[in-house]
Formats: sequence, C-alpha cells, structure tokens
Amino acid sequence: MKGHAFRIVAIWLVLTVIAVPLVVLVLGPHLPPGRFSVEAKDQTSANTVLTALLMPIVLLVLVFFGYSLVAFRHRGPAIEDGPPIRGHGPTQLTWVLATGAIVTALAVWGSYTLVETARGAGGGQGPSPTDLPKGHSPRLNIQVIAQQWEWTFRFPSYGGFETRQLALPVHQLVEFHVTSLDITHSFWAYRLGVKADAVPGVDNVAFVTARKTGSFTIRCAELCGLWHGHMYRTGYVMSRSDFNTWVAQQRKADAANLKDLGPYRRSYYPQPFHRAG
Amino acid sequence: MTLGKRLLGVVLGLAVGSALIAYYIVSYLMATPPVVAATGTAPSVRLTLQTVASFGHQPHTDWVSYLAKNPVGKWVHSTVLRVPAHSLVKMTIYQFDTATGLRNPFWGRPEGVVGGTITVDGKRLDELNPDLASHTFAIPDLGVTVPLKGVPDNAKNQCSVAPCTLAEAHTTITFAFRTGKRGKFRWQCFVPCAAGFILGFGGPMQTLGWMDGTLEVV
Repeated sequence: MKGHAFRIVAIWLVLTVIAVPLVVLVLGPHLPPGRFSVEAKDQTSANTVLTALLMPIVLLVLVFFGYSLVAFRHRGPAIEDGPPIRGHGPTQLTWVLATGAIVTALAVWGSYTLVETARGAGGGQGPSPTDLPKGHSPRLNIQVIAQQWEWTFRFPSYGGFETRQLALPVHQLVEFHVTSLDITHSFWAYRLGVKADAVPGVDNVAFVTARKTGSFTIRCAELCGLWHGHMYRTGYVMSRSDFNTWVAQQRKADAANLKDLGPYRRSYYPQPFHRAG
Repeated sequence: MTLGKRLLGVVLGLAVGSALIAYYIVSYLMATPPVVAATGTAPSVRLTLQTVASFGHQPHTDWVSYLAKNPVGKWVHSTVLRVPAHSLVKMTIYQFDTATGLRNPFWGRPEGVVGGTITVDGKRLDELNPDLASHTFAIPDLGVTVPLKGVPDNAKNQCSVAPCTLAEAHTTITFAFRTGKRGKFRWQCFVPCAAGFILGFGGPMQTLGWMDGTLEVV
C-alpha cells in the first residue's frame, strides 16, 4: 500500500510543480476581468491566486481518481463485495487540518486584500464606504441612474448635466454613485471590474480607476423586466483632454434640459404622481 | 414489461412532448401582435400612432396602450412596427391620455429626431416640461426619445375606449427620425403610466403590444 501512496504523491507533486507556474504565468494574465482598471487588475490577481491554490487540490483528487482506476481496477467477473472501508484516523486528521489551514489562509488573505490592498474595490459599498481607496481625493463623482430599461449618468462636478453616454478620464479615481428610479437593477461594467446594485432610494458607492483608454460594456446584472436583456450601453475611457472636450459637448447639449432636471441628489425615491402607483 | 408496451410508452411520451412543444410555439406566435407597416415607400414613410388611457376591450379593459394605424387607415392594437432601412420616418402620434409626469426629467428633451425638435399641436418644441408628459416614444438603441404631452386633466370629452377619434380631447405630436441599417429594435414608454401596478411599472409597461414594442427596420 505504501508503494501506491508513494506513486500517487510523486505523480501529484510532479504535476503540481508543472501546473502551478503555468496557472500563474500563462493562464493568470488571461483570467477575468482583465487589467483595464486598477480594480479589475486586483480582481484578476485574486482569481489567479485562487486558481493557483486550487490546482494542487484538484490535481490530488484527479490523480487519486485516475490512479485508482488503473491500479485498483478489478479484472474478471465480480464475485463478491470488496473489503469494508473503515475510518483511518491519521488520514482524516491530516485531511481536516490541511483543508482547515487552506480555508483559514484564504480567509485571512481575502480579508487583508479586502480591507487593505484593494480598498475601494469595484463592488458597491453602500452609501458611506468606510474603506476608501488610497489617494482618494480628488475624485470624480458620477451618478449612475438606472430605470426600466436604460442607464443615464449625471455629473455633479460639472453642473449636474445628465447624459445617456458614460465617459471616464483615464488614470482618474472615479466614485460611482449608483441608484435606481424604479426597481432593483445592477450596474455591471465587467472590464472595469465594477458591479454595484442600483436600488431605489439608495446611494451605492463604487470606486474605479481606469488604467487604459478604450471601451467597455455596461450591462444590467439584475433581472429587471421585459427589456432587461437590452439594458446595455458602451462606455468609454478617454484621455483627460478628450474627456474635457466630451464634457463640454454634453453640457452644451443638455443645457436646455438642465433646469428641469432638478437639483442633484444622491438618490431618488420613486414618486409617481397622478394615477401611477 | 413486454417490449411492445415499452415501445408504446416511448411513442406516447414523445407524442405528448411534441404536442407540448408545438403548443408552446403556436401560443408564442399567436401572442405576438400583428406587424403594422409604415405607409409610403422608401426613402420617406409615415407612421401614425395613438395612445389611449384605457384600452376598453378584453383582455385588459383598463390598461393604457398604444395603437398603430395600418396602411389602409385602420387602427390596429399592435406595437410591432415595420419601416424601411435608410429612410426618413415621419411620425404622428395622437395623444389621448392625461399627464402622468416623467420620473426622470431627462426624458423631457427630444433626442434623435430630425432638427432636434418636435411639434406639439403645431408648435415647435425642443423640450417639454416633465410634469406635462403623459408618455414617451423612445427607441433607445437608435437614440430616439420623444416626450408626449398629455391632455389636461380637466379636458372635456376625454377618450376611454380605443380607438379614439380626433373628435375627442387629444394632443398631436409630430416628428421625424432616420433609420439606418436593418435590424430589430425595441421601443418603449419611459413614463410609469401603468395604473394600478406597483410604482406604475407593471402590466402594460411590461407587455408587448401595449406600452412596449419592436421596430423592424427592413
């Protein structure tokens, strides 16, 4: 039996030594969501670490399974049941301790990255985030307003104009304030690594700093009715000068509408009047 | 169980499964409103719609709805519209409903229309007071948004059964937009106008043929 155990461990060790570097160096850079923003990069790094840690466990299970199929396969007709399997104290203890250590280490590492290294990640952090990103001031506030079935975006730092397009300046910390006018939606900009629920009456804050210029897709990640599948837009990350030009164009286009928009508020309660509601 | 009985069971199971699938497909096709084509020929066509506060007929007598006029001048209860590609679509919407108000005032500005303006009862407008809006006609993927002014609450001779006639209280909204390449685009109302539903966004606001539709650009 020791010979089998030795062979299983040896195969597992060889495969692990090959697979883990491959995961880290080859697969890791291609894991979602990519490196389009600081937050996305952190998420990709986290996914890489988790996948690398996962590999030895997966390989151990697969090697044991494969080895058993080959080495312990019964040949000829089955004539009786195999010997009963009974507990093996040292093996069980090792398994519990090993898995406990892995889970505890992941919990500690996850908590650390959540609180320290990835402060202000792309997830919604509620109306008053306690963990702000490093160098969090100055930041650009952009309000994301969801309603069935469209997104609009309000820029309080630039007079409060509203637009159907979303543009961000590159290398600028952005503070999204995500809210809804009707039901629960979810603002999901996958490439940016941002996903925050849009809830009526709630100001859900999410941070992002784009690292490159380019485009990203915005989707609703909460089933929200008939045209939920159509609730997507393309957003853009621009250079600072292009962004300033874009802002000037949008402010001009929205100038006539601005007086009707009302003052900027961090959330809007659905207040239909007349017959609705 | 004999082989014959097993075969019979398989055949019966297949038959029942096929019947259910066929029923689902037929029901789906039958539930889709009929297509209403624009009048005229490319590159300039005309579409005429109306909104009514309560449809007045089964299956939902009290639901708010759009109706479309077909090429022979008959009002059809449908929101599935067909227009040619790369054309100018001249729209006329007879608005028979009273104002509900825009939940998001942003939609009070017409967008994506020729000249950036619409006419309301003959007057040219580039924005509508959000409180006066009854509905919107919006094709988000084409960038078209048009707010529709409601008739006053105290207007006499208000329509309550579709199709409404021009003898009844209404506002007339005209505008035009251009179509591009072929495709199928959703259009919708952005006003929470579904009376009796939570926050005004259920029922007719969630149902094809009422306050939502598709624009087939062919």
